[in-house]
Amino acid sequence: MKIKPLQIVAHIILIIGVLLMVLPIWISFASSTHENVSILTEGMRFTLGEQFSRNYNEVLNEKGGWSEEVTAAKMFINSFIMALGIATLKVAISAMSAYALVYYRFKLAVPIFWLIFITLLVPLEVRIFPSYKIVSDLGLTNSYTGLILPLVASATATFFFRQFYKTIPDELLESAKLDGANAWSFFIDFLVPLSKTMIAAMFIFMFVYGYSQYLWPLIMTTAEEYWTVVMGMKIIYTESYEGVALPRTAERFAYIILSMIPPVLVVVFLQKWFIKGLIQTEK
Amino acid sequence: MSFLDLKNVTKIYPNGTKAVHETSLSINEGEFMVFVGPSGCGKSTLLRMVAGLEDITEGHINLDGKLINEVDPSERDVAMVFQNYALYPHMNVYNNLAYGLKNRGIDKETIEQKVNDAAKLLQISDFLQRKPSMLSGGQRQRVAMGRAIVRNPKIFLFDEPLSNLDAKLRIQMRLEIKKLQQKVGVTSIFVTHDQVEAMTLADRLAVINDGIIEQLGTPIEIYNNPKSLFVAGFIGSPQMNFLDANLNNKTLSAENFEIKNIESDYNGEVTLGIRPEHLIETENGLINLKVELVEQLGSDNLVYGQIKNIKDFCYRSPGNQTIKKGDTLSLNIEENKYYIFDKSTGKRVN
Repeated sequence: MKIKPLQIVAHIILIIGVLLMVLPIWISFASSTHENVSILTEGMRFTLGEQFSRNYNEVLNEKGGWSEEVTAAKMFINSFIMALGIATLKVAISAMSAYALVYYRFKLAVPIFWLIFITLLVPLEVRIFPSYKIVSDLGLTNSYTGLILPLVASATATFFFRQFYKTIPDELLESAKLDGANAWSFFIDFLVPLSKTMIAAMFIFMFVYGYSQYLWPLIMTTAEEYWTVVMGMKIIYTESYEGVALPRTAERFAYIILSMIPPVLVVVFLQKWFIKGLIQTEK
Repeated sequence: MSFLDLKNVTKIYPNGTKAVHETSLSINEGEFMVFVGPSGCGKSTLLRMVAGLEDITEGHINLDGKLINEVDPSERDVAMVFQNYALYPHMNVYNNLAYGLKNRGIDKETIEQKVNDAAKLLQISDFLQRKPSMLSGGQRQRVAMGRAIVRNPKIFLFDEPLSNLDAKLRIQMRLEIKKLQQKVGVTSIFVTHDQVEAMTLADRLAVINDGIIEQLGTPIEIYNNPKSLFVAGFIGSPQMNFLDANLNNKTLSAENFEIKNIESDYNGEVTLGIRPEHLIETENGLINLKVELVEQLGSDNLVYGQIKNIKDFCYRSPGNQTIKKGDTLSLNIEENKYYIFDKSTGKRVN
């Protein structure tokens, strides 16, 4: 087969794109396997060093924070719980509210939908004080509930589910009605399985969103046992700057690499569903 | 009281459109009733009111002696086959059939038995594990019917189920539906805009126009004795020919011919209707047709031509005749095989 010049150009662009995405991660990983001294003197590394197990072991098990109580492993667990809770509840709630908006023809459905949609303009950062006030009045600071609950409503996901449900033909609902399906069983038996790929996609987005929350857990948690990964990145090795010890760059890189693993796993796992949904169009 | 009784049923949509106008109709048990009419005439709305998918604005519907106006669709014990089949895309054929039974709380073994019986009847036993997307049009159609049959409902409702199929398959499925209905013996209502489908399937036919039943009767009654211009034009293929004429003192005068001794006391402007198959060639006939186009169907020919100022007048001639463009045919109307309608109201007057 002859290769056209246009194809070569396209491939070069794609390769540059891949390098842009992968190189920083590789540098982080390579650097995380060196000693701090060598990074300090020679800069970032492209090759692997010999300190892999030492650095990673230290990151996972060393107790950090002001009171030296929390380990990185604990923070990974916290972040995972928070992201999982946010993603699950966000998907469940927005699927159900979209169901109500599309299938229950109450008068204010459209204005209510736009009201929900407008909340996109008011992200958590804007309403962080009232949110904090409410959560603290409810006594939910320093708890997983407090970390998760204020973030579970999602206008974006509601919007996507609504658009998807609108494409489902009316006959399906009518036929299900004649087959004796009630409102609940139509949702569970029809809409949920039909929107499987949609749910997977939304879950991925929302998981990453929850995992990368920074400001909210920072304000919400005073107890170190509720710290999350993204917070920890800033806090956990701060002491090294003030003391006489060397900056612990290698450990930081190791920490960054580890923190990427949970979202990557979620994407890899749910991607199967994604692709399945793309190949088998069932509608 | 008959099996299904519609009394003065009216449907007015919230935007004010009147879809069905005070319709009354009785359907007997085991009968195959067909609603036929042009699109937008209200036939589907009427069917959907029986199914419970549309609210009834006024009137009553009784099924098997019970008023069902306010009964939920799932409780009415009706089954419906939709135009696009509305199969459940994420379930395999077995579950498509079984879903309605599961919702009724029937135990697993009975469901399996019933599904297998229905599948055997419809010859879809081999596809039970497939998803609808892997089936052909005809197979999907069968699954949709299987879903209706398996529940053993009081009444089958068909909403133009054949219009998504290609011509050949449509004829085949038409036959199968009719056979199946006779075998199962369930009361059925079939909605279609195709008059051939209507004629071939129906025990009785309701011709609907503008939300009103124009005529109700057996297909052959309606064909032989249309009560209005609309029915005459709608039933029969090719369509009936219509000519403007005048009726005075039992004499009908059209463009260039007259018919005497007509059994009607009506005087005034009328429309004369003649079916293409009710014309015969003779010498010195009433009508001189200048041939413009011949459609040879093999068994017979459809001859289209002009009579003075009237265009596209159709005559059905036997297939063994050779008629060419430009010929002039002399035609007579078979005895009493003509229909006269009041021009302003469209009502039959002879």
